[in-house]
Amino acid sequence: MRLRQKKILTAYVFLSVPLLFFIVVRFYPMVYSFWLSFTDWDLISPKKNFIGLLNYINIFKDEVFMKAIVNTLKYVVFGVPAVIIVSLYLSLVLNRIKKFQGFYRLLYVMPYITPLVAVSWVWKWMYQQPPIGFINNLLTIFGIDSQPFLMSTSQALPSIVVTTVWVNLGYCVIIFLAGLQTIPQEYIEAAKIDGANRRQILWRITIPLLNPIIVFLAITQSITFLRIFTQVYNMTDQGSGGPLNSTKPLVLYIYQKAFMSFDMGTAATATVILFGIIMVITLVQMLILNKNIEY
Amino acid sequence: MIKRDRLLTVSAYIFLTIFAVLMVFPFIWMFSSSFKDSGEIYEFNLFPKYPTLYNYQYIFNYSLFPRWFLNSLLIAMITTISVLFFDSLIGYTLAKFDFPGRKLIFILILSTLMIPTEMLVIPWYIMVRNLHWMGTYWSIMFPGMISAFGIFLMKQFMSTIPNDLIDAARIDGVSEFGIYFKIVLPLVKPALATLAIFNFIGNWNAFLWPLIVTSSPEMYTLPVGVAYFSSENSMSWELIMTGAAVSTVPLIIFFLIFQKQIVKGITMSGLKG
Repeated sequence: MRLRQKKILTAYVFLSVPLLFFIVVRFYPMVYSFWLSFTDWDLISPKKNFIGLLNYINIFKDEVFMKAIVNTLKYVVFGVPAVIIVSLYLSLVLNRIKKFQGFYRLLYVMPYITPLVAVSWVWKWMYQQPPIGFINNLLTIFGIDSQPFLMSTSQALPSIVVTTVWVNLGYCVIIFLAGLQTIPQEYIEAAKIDGANRRQILWRITIPLLNPIIVFLAITQSITFLRIFTQVYNMTDQGSGGPLNSTKPLVLYIYQKAFMSFDMGTAATATVILFGIIMVITLVQMLILNKNIEY
Repeated sequence: MIKRDRLLTVSAYIFLTIFAVLMVFPFIWMFSSSFKDSGEIYEFNLFPKYPTLYNYQYIFNYSLFPRWFLNSLLIAMITTISVLFFDSLIGYTLAKFDFPGRKLIFILILSTLMIPTEMLVIPWYIMVRNLHWMGTYWSIMFPGMISAFGIFLMKQFMSTIPNDLIDAARIDGVSEFGIYFKIVLPLVKPALATLAIFNFIGNWNAFLWPLIVTSSPEMYTLPVGVAYFSSENSMSWELIMTGAAVSTVPLIIFFLIFQKQIVKGITMSGLKG
């Protein structure tokens, strides 16, 4: 009995500092953000006035916020399917070859670990107008008119999506490859003996068996695209999310409200909304993938 | 049939190579531009005709890049050491000690993975202001000193260590902390390496929080410095590309050394259990 008590005490001693950390640096700030979202605090005045749900009502009347929400959804809707389909295809081809597999995988994953700020500026430069921009120079060679890319309200957001897909592709390829390598070869051999062709094997065996991974990636990539910030901050003029707010995502809206206009109440409200969206997505993931999670 | 297989393999290599070029091209363009002078930068040459090291000399002698470099290195190193220590200790405690509240504590820690950083930065900023930490390294580092994902990873790995091993050490009179430090830690070295690499990269690349909390250029981390430097010099693309290259080179070296672990780490992050 004494040994057991000693062990319990040791456990609590080991856990004391980290628990304090999680309470002070994670849970308390979360609650604080919730509370701030019910106030009109402007960072300077000493008093935080409780205004109930007013921030939540007003934020949906804010055109910029609505624009940011729509943009954020566009990032997710364009970006996530693109990154998943391309990486799935790449990993299927990559899985077919025997030599240099690791080498290709390495090249594909490089953008993922590179500082996003550096990536953003390189791409911003490649998107520039002629004679500076590489992509426009290339288009001219093929006789295509040069495009405004980041300068245009309709092309800027897709341009940023392309960069983000380029960044996240390698991560998804690695996950897919790991999944492909767990598929028992016997299944495929058996199907071949039964006379299944490549297409049938792909659609009836490989993709259904990859389903949990597809769901996992769809959800984690959705969260990644929902939290888009660094690219937009660095690729648009003065980090404004322009032109005319056409690329501004939710997180940039939060950043500007909180740290440029010091409207802490509204900014906190937007963070609560972001949290709500992410929580719903995470819960959906847990429900769908529940069978595969074992603690 | 065999002929068709060979054709497929060849076309696979061609396809993969084209994609590899697309993936690597922005890096090549960045590096080649960093060796161009301010005149040639507007020319459409893949390789500079008159390569120059001027941009690098400028960056290292007349900008704060060396300072930002050291800031980032210091911050990434200290947070990584802290994460390794705390995460392994918590992971060990949760995996190998039986005490009331164990499950609850584990679930509470895991649940923090759901909270987006964006929701926490405003309260963190207010904390930093109230405690007068503004403009210190500590203010950049403190939110990342312990990582919930690392705890999860460590607990999973440490669960596989046989209890007999730990009990035997206990009978031999090794202290509880001694068991953790001398017996358990060496057994999970691969997991520690993975965690270290991911934390280092994550902190090296972090942008939003360092941007919020650093007010003077001397305290910028490398990413914040690159962003600041680039918007200040938005006409000198050769300098911007050099700055971007300087922030990328250490990672590429790091990546080449630890590529196996990085791939393993990504796989682990995706396919838990």
